[in-house]
Amino acid sequence: MALALMVFVLVALGFGRPRAITEGRWVFGMGVWFSLGVLSLILIAALWVGERILPHGPALEVRAHARQWAWSFSHPGAEGPVTSEGVLHIPAGRPVDVLITSTDVIHSFWVPQLGGKMDAIPGRENRLRLEAARPGTYEGLCAEFCGLEHAAMRFEVIAHDPAQWPPVSPEGPRP
Amino acid sequence: MNTPMNTPANTPLTPHDPASIPANPPQRALGLHRELDRVWRNAPGLRGQITAVSHTTLGLRFMVTAFLFFGIGGLLAMLIRAQLATPNGAFLDTALYNQIFTMHGSIMMFLFAIPMLEGLAMYLLPKMLGTRDLAFPRLSALGYWCYLLGGLILIAALLAGVAPGEGWFMYTPLSGKTYSPGINADVWLLGVTFVEISALSAAIELMVSILRLRAPGMKLTQMPLFAWYMLGTAAMMLAGFPPLILGSVLLEMERAFGWPFFDPERGGDPLLWQHLFWLFGHPEVYIIFLPAAGVLSTVIPVLCRTQIVGYGAIVAAILGMVFLSFGLWVHHMFAVGIPHLALAFFSAASMLVAVPTAVQIFAWIATLWRGRPELKLPMLYILGFFFTFVMGGLTGVMLAVVPFNWQAHDTAFVTAHLHYVLIGGFVFPMLAGVAWWMPLMSGRRRVRGLGEAAFWFILVGFHGTFFLMHLTGLMGMARRIPSYPENPEWTALNLSSSFFGFVMTIGFALFAIDLILQAGFGKRSVRNPWKAPSLDWAMALPPPNYNFASLPGPALQQAGAEAAMLALAKGEGLLPGAPRGRREILVTSVGTARPEHVAILPVNTGLPLLLALAISAFVLLMLAGLYTLAPLALIPVVTLIWIWARRAMAPLDATPIEVAPGLVLPVQPGDGGTLTRSGLVSLLFANGTFFASLLFGLAFISLVSPGPPRPLWPADRTVLLATGAVLALLAMAALGLPRALSHIETGRRAGAGLPVAFAANLLALALLLALGLGQLPDPTRHAADAVRAALVAYVGLHAAIATLFTAFALDQARRGELAPGRAGALRNAGLWQSYTLAAAAVTLAALWAQEAAS
Ligand code: HEM
Ligand SMILES: [Cu+2]
Repeated sequence: MALALMVFVLVALGFGRPRAITEGRWVFGMGVWFSLGVLSLILIAALWVGERILPHGPALEVRAHARQWAWSFSHPGAEGPVTSEGVLHIPAGRPVDVLITSTDVIHSFWVPQLGGKMDAIPGRENRLRLEAARPGTYEGLCAEFCGLEHAAMRFEVIAHDPAQWPPVSPEGPRP
Repeated sequence: MNTPMNTPANTPLTPHDPASIPANPPQRALGLHRELDRVWRNAPGLRGQITAVSHTTLGLRFMVTAFLFFGIGGLLAMLIRAQLATPNGAFLDTALYNQIFTMHGSIMMFLFAIPMLEGLAMYLLPKMLGTRDLAFPRLSALGYWCYLLGGLILIAALLAGVAPGEGWFMYTPLSGKTYSPGINADVWLLGVTFVEISALSAAIELMVSILRLRAPGMKLTQMPLFAWYMLGTAAMMLAGFPPLILGSVLLEMERAFGWPFFDPERGGDPLLWQHLFWLFGHPEVYIIFLPAAGVLSTVIPVLCRTQIVGYGAIVAAILGMVFLSFGLWVHHMFAVGIPHLALAFFSAASMLVAVPTAVQIFAWIATLWRGRPELKLPMLYILGFFFTFVMGGLTGVMLAVVPFNWQAHDTAFVTAHLHYVLIGGFVFPMLAGVAWWMPLMSGRRRVRGLGEAAFWFILVGFHGTFFLMHLTGLMGMARRIPSYPENPEWTALNLSSSFFGFVMTIGFALFAIDLILQAGFGKRSVRNPWKAPSLDWAMALPPPNYNFASLPGPALQQAGAEAAMLALAKGEGLLPGAPRGRREILVTSVGTARPEHVAILPVNTGLPLLLALAISAFVLLMLAGLYTLAPLALIPVVTLIWIWARRAMAPLDATPIEVAPGLVLPVQPGDGGTLTRSGLVSLLFANGTFFASLLFGLAFISLVSPGPPRPLWPADRTVLLATGAVLALLAMAALGLPRALSHIETGRRAGAGLPVAFAANLLALALLLALGLGQLPDPTRHAADAVRAALVAYVGLHAAIATLFTAFALDQARRGELAPGRAGALRNAGLWQSYTLAAAAVTLAALWAQEAAS
């Protein structure tokens, strides 16, 4: 924002009287060095944040499988994986890796409040690290255009209290 | 190419310093005008519209047609905004909504933005560079007709309700046969590829014209910045469009014949489409931006009564953008699961491209500071550009930062960013340019007041619409959805967005009315109303088809438009008038613009329209699924191209021409450095990127894609022998052609080299056919088989064209038309032959590597 303002002010000042300028200072000083400086700062910050949200260390693995136009999920239960339609169960307060696949076309798994987004591509498996800080229900949706009912391709993520993980029955008490 | 050889036929006097070329004696301007006009003008009436090849006519026509398509695209945008105005908008159903936003995006990108910039460049460049037309006038016309017919196919599909609905980037597998069974996707693939022919031909045309048609002595380093921008654009188009064309061809083959390039079940890979698409799609943004920046760099200094600050730095910035933008395509694929290190690299590259942009922005601001800016209408649009584009750039940096992108990818935020960049970076500068050059194009003055009103409506409407969409995006509203939940914050924002969208539409309507009023009823404009120094204003208004009665040498280029205008009209420049009744222009050397020869341009002809119609017959047959009939349509295509090439030959009786006192130039350059040859080199460059993209596809499918393993292909002895024979035959032809050429140039007959080359090509073609039909594994079995077959088909196509090239030269030899200094057909055949041989050898090596890798 400050940058945009700076440019606007400079443009506005341009409408004053003509004045002598040094080409080098404008073109190289401002154009090259100044912009390079700002960009490197942003890039460093971005890489730092990016590194933090990347999968590090082990995590609980759950699966998300997309098809036109619905999601099915599975999480490890007491005896083997438990599958569910349209609802993903995860424990709160600990990292979870979602393994994302698709049967037909490209979809994209996105839970805005938990951050991150990853495409579901037929023939591939993608991994996305999530962590819900608090138990609760989070809205998710398909974020890659996938045909007629794309807009209706929504789902829920239910983060359970770590003490009650794994949930006895997926349809059990909602937090 | 730079050093004309002296051949016995003509001994040109070539001064090393164009500045020393003396002036021609002045003549009566009116007499010259009549003489030139008779030769250069369009035929009267409707026939004139069909046969026109003049860059002035075609440039205008490109721009008018692009504006009409902009109107259609805008109408679709209004439908979108009407649908999104309320949460459960009920007036479009989902299928229709999908078609509408897909067509909106496709029309705006392919039928508005690209043709608009092509039209502007075609119209202006010859005028700015001081010449009379573009290098290949018939190609300009062909490009126009392909554009119009392709566009009409898309619009017809929209009206018939079978428009594509997969989004403007047509991701597979959604756009594959299984999930899009109708012809909707075929309409996109074939229609857009058809339109792409015009983009490629325009790119070749502009490239060659900028490099070879500049007025004598206008060094590359002195040419107007606009020409630099267009040079960069043309280069990017030559490198950027082939991957898209390849992708479309492959996807169409998958849809039509079941070759599984993108089908994961049979070893294909949907990501291959994404790579090919964005290999084009990202440079596309800069292809659109560069010409717009060219307009800014041209208009700002004149409106500030000063010179541009930092010419050299801007040229460097243009070159930097051209190279960097090709390193960026992956930034559209941040969410497909790409390794982190690669992501970091592409993030850095995405941000690096902001540096050349910043250089230009600060150069423009410095120009404003140095001069005394005048707040005329074009300046208003320039301010609109600054305001909008800088904000678009900021959101772009936000998107380039990976973690943020994960949040915002595919929301209304992206839609908003995209429109800030496209409308801020392209539409506003183009509107400035139109306002700027309208007096030139129409010869009339503007009606006061209306233009300013239009500007304010557009500015306020635009920001009202799209600023709010950033917010809805951040609140999590996805793009490409026809309805959304009844969330109170979303509802209000969307309604306001839609309201301002209609305000913007009113603005564009006012702008159009303003143009119509100006063209129809404006008072006659004085010459050079803006007091600009450049050559584009050194002519009568509206400009005659020949632009300049004589061509400006270095002195007149420096003199400023006012002084140059009179001297040029009186024929004091080079090559005055049209005393030989031919359309003549000067061809100069690439770097320093030393005059090399006089080129004779073709006259008005209906051939381009006929050829475009023949191509559209092919496209329509493909669309109808009549795959066996479609190749028949290629017969008229080839025949017409043959006629086209025969007509391109310079008349046999053309003698060297005295273009200025003591400076005699040949009509056929002794060293073969014709415009056609430069055009062919550009075409081969584009062809090379096409081939490289295909090899990339081969490597990607063989090495990167997961999926079922490639079935074995036990290539036996016959295959090895056959491929060896093909290579040997192509090499034989490649040796035979230069032999024939050296015979001709030393005054002998062509000899055996030419017929041998022809026979060798024909045989190679037959062998390739037999190989492809009999020996290769079924291409529908696995993607690896399909790519292999595609590569063989590519070589086969080139052998077929090489056969035609040699047949053409053989025909010329039979008619006795090949003579020293007149053997261009033979030289060009040789060039094509070498390329074919190289492509065949590389293909063989690549296929061998593919086998060895397994
Ligand atoms: C005239 C004013 C314009 C308005 C009101 C407008 C509005 C819109 C809206 C609302 C969308 C989002 C559709 C959706 O996601 O559901 C959209 C998409 C798009 N617009 Fe525009 N637009 C305008 C002009 C332009 C221009 C000038 C260009 C390009 C030069 C352009 C290129 C695109 C593209 C490429 C898309 C994406 C289509 C897709 O998702 O496949 N628009 N536009
Ligand atoms: Cu989906």
